[in-house]
Formats: sequence, structure tokens, C-alpha cells
Amino acid sequence: MIIGVLALQGAFLEHEKALRVCGVNTRQIRLPEQLNGLDGLVIPGGESTTMGKLLTAYELLEPIKQLAEQGLPVFGTCAGLIMMAKDIVKSNQLSLGLMDIAVERNAFGRQVDSFEADLAIPALGDKPYRAVFIRAPYIASAGSGVEVMAKYEEKIVLARQKNFLAAAFHPELTADLRLHQYFLNMIKK
Amino acid sequence: MLTEKGTWTVKKGLAEMLKGGVIMDVTTPEQAKIAEEAGACAVMALERVPADIRAAGGVARMADPTVIQRIMDAVTIPVMAKARIGHFVEAQILESLGVDYIDESEVLTPADEEFHIDKHEFKVPFVCGARNLGEALRRIGEGAAMIRTKGEPGTGNVVEAVRHMRKVMGEIRYLQNLPKEELMTAAKEMGAPYDLVVKVAELGRLPVVNFAAGGIATPADAALMMQLGCDGIFVGSGIFKSKDPVARAKAIVAATTHYNDPKILAEISRDIGEAMPGIEIQTIAPEQRMQDRGW
Repeated sequence: MIIGVLALQGAFLEHEKALRVCGVNTRQIRLPEQLNGLDGLVIPGGESTTMGKLLTAYELLEPIKQLAEQGLPVFGTCAGLIMMAKDIVKSNQLSLGLMDIAVERNAFGRQVDSFEADLAIPALGDKPYRAVFIRAPYIASAGSGVEVMAKYEEKIVLARQKNFLAAAFHPELTADLRLHQYFLNMIKK
Repeated sequence: MLTEKGTWTVKKGLAEMLKGGVIMDVTTPEQAKIAEEAGACAVMALERVPADIRAAGGVARMADPTVIQRIMDAVTIPVMAKARIGHFVEAQILESLGVDYIDESEVLTPADEEFHIDKHEFKVPFVCGARNLGEALRRIGEGAAMIRTKGEPGTGNVVEAVRHMRKVMGEIRYLQNLPKEELMTAAKEMGAPYDLVVKVAELGRLPVVNFAAGGIATPADAALMMQLGCDGIFVGSGIFKSKDPVARAKAIVAATTHYNDPKILAEISRDIGEAMPGIEIQTIAPEQRMQDRGW
């Protein structure tokens, strides 16, 4: 199994590390031709404004969108979640627009308000999930086809819609691999 | 649910999100917009870029909060700002403004020649300059969550950044090859905290994100620093002191992403106008060298 990790900017190495521990191969994606033959794609945390511009500049936006619509499983974290949203509140930024969600950017405040918290994620079992939120977004509203998987203070921070999984926090920064494993299980099914 | 703000993971984590990106010095909201539009992953809000600080002489201090605030209002990417070495009150002010990162920087005139800021005391993360591994680990020991080479700021000359990056990387490789019983002596010789020396020997890299800074002026300079092993790039005077800042900013961003692909590097290096004028390091009097500030 080969999982692509979008490597334009951000925490792509950490995702690769986590995926390799889960026992799959990874490939850094910087150019459209590198998308061939992937079993899944991870869009890492980074700066969403930057990533959005680079996706367009390097002509990756349309090819990824096409593959995703044909069923390629995609997992976005933080900036990656923003890239997957159909609606980015108060912004005309380009995105892949894969999930029926509206996303509020920098929704918890600036860096001094960044935090760690324990989340209840029933799909991952009873053990709380320690989540790292950095200048994080949240999902302000979700369409009927979207499964809400976790909330923090009533705000949606983890959701799934068909072959798409999106987290407002950074599973790549902690040693808990359950969410990466969950994504890999989505591919196998 | 236990919630914690300003933890080490969160401070270090923001730098992780900036990796593979370019942080640009800006002095106005208009420049900040240009930087964001070109794909910068963060901006450094300043009153003057290093080349102008060098030219002006005198004492360089933290920027006016109004300048910083206007830049913070203009962009959605993270905004960093500089405090003088050891000036913890400037740092307190910057934290209260809500800047996303503080650079305790040798570009400004040091406020303390002996002691750096106790950066653990702050919720906002800090980046600090270093010329070698010992200096980097002393700053991390004080709480810096990100390191950058010092280079020689405001010169458009990459030679010092290269020297500092090679030095740090070389010393990391040296530590990796030492048997455990020699690490304490290595720590003593480097003047670095022992636990961090042990950690570096284990990891084979710094325990925090490591950017290059100080003299980067071209896309090729940025790619050179990336190939030497840094995690991302700071460009100070190199963009807004060049002939065509928009084209140059975009090209340096592209070079930092595609640093390993000479064909793409050739393409993005075309027609981007003249670079900033450079300064030969030997022509700078020793007391004017910013890299020797701090220890």
C-alpha cells in the first residue's frame, strides 16, 4: 500500500513517520505525476493560505480533486481539513472542496491560545485521545452526509464523509497512532 | 477534559507547521500582503529590514506596537516579531500583543550581554539564532522552540549561513558517533546542557525545527540551505531590497518546496529581476557583525 503525503509545506515528515510505523509505504507529493498509483492521500498540517496557493501554483488542485471524487481516500489535518472544506468562512481562498463542511479558520485564536486537550472519540475506543490544536480551525457546520466523530466544547473537530476524513488537530504530532490506523482501515474496506 | 495552553508540544508544533516554508521580513501591511500572496508561511514584522538597520547604525529596538498590530490585522498567516537579546520586557509586550512567535534576535542591539531571556516563562514560542550546536542547545535549554542559523543579516551574502548550518550539522554527526561515556565531556566542551546533547546524539538532529537565516537572497540560496539540511528559510532583506519583490518572493517559496529538483530551480530562477546588492563579509568591521551578538 502506498500513501501519498502532500509535501508542499508543513508537517509532512511527521505524517510519513506515523504511517510507516503503521506499516505502509509513503510518497512525498509535490508534482501532479507523483499522484499516480496511490492508495490514499494525506494532506498535512501547515499554513492553509500558503498550501492553497501552492496547490494552485503547482497544478495539483484539479488532479487531486478528480482522484478524490473517483474514490481516493483522503485524510486532512488542520490546514488539510481547511483544504477539504467546501466552504471556508470569511475567505475566498481556493480549496479542494471535497466535504460538505463550513470551516472557520484560526477559530480558537492566535498561537498564545493554542492548546492540548483530551477528546472522546468513540470510533477509536474508550481511551481519551490527546489532541494538539495549533492556531486550529473547527467545523462550524456540517451537511447531512457528514459523520461527526468528535467535538471539543461543542465544536466539531473530527468528521468523516465517505472516503474523506478530516481533523482540526494534529495526530502527526503525538505518538497515538489510532487515527492514522483508522484512516488505513478506511482504505482496506 | 484537561486543557493546557502554551505547552512545549504546542510551542514546538507551530514551528513544525512552518517547515518547508519561507518566513519573510516585512515592514508594512502592504508588504505583508505581498508576502502572503507569494506563499510565505509566516511574516516577521519589523520597523526596518536588517540591511537598513545596518545602514542606519545606532540602537535597534523592538518595533512600534502599531506597526506590528497593523501587520497582524493585514494577514491570516502567523506573524512573528523581534525582541532584543535579553530584553524580557519587550518580549512581554510582544506576547501581550498576541504575536505568534518571538525572535530573540541579534539583528537588534542586545539589551543584555550576559543573559538571554528565560523563554520557558512565556506562553508564546521563541525562535533564536545560533552559529553552532552548543549555542543552539543553550537557547533550547532556555526554552527556544525553534532555532535558525544566524548567518550575517542584511548582507545578501549566504556564506555565513552556510558556515553556521554546516557547523551545526557537522557537530550533530560528530555526537552521533560518540560512545555514551564521551557525551558528558562533549557537553562540557560545547557548553551545552547534557540532556540535550544526549537527545541530539539519539535523534541525529536538533530536537526542534531548524531554519536557515542571514544572507539568503536568491532561490538557489534557499535551495542550497535546504539541501544542507535545514527545515525552512527566513528571508530578511533579500526580498524587499530586490528589484522585483513579488517575483523574487514567489521564486524563493517555490525553490524551498522544490529544493531537490535542479530543472525546476532553473525555471524559477529566470527573469526575477536583480537581487539585492550584497556585502563581502570581510569588509564589515568585527564590531559591526551581528552574528557575534549573544553567546
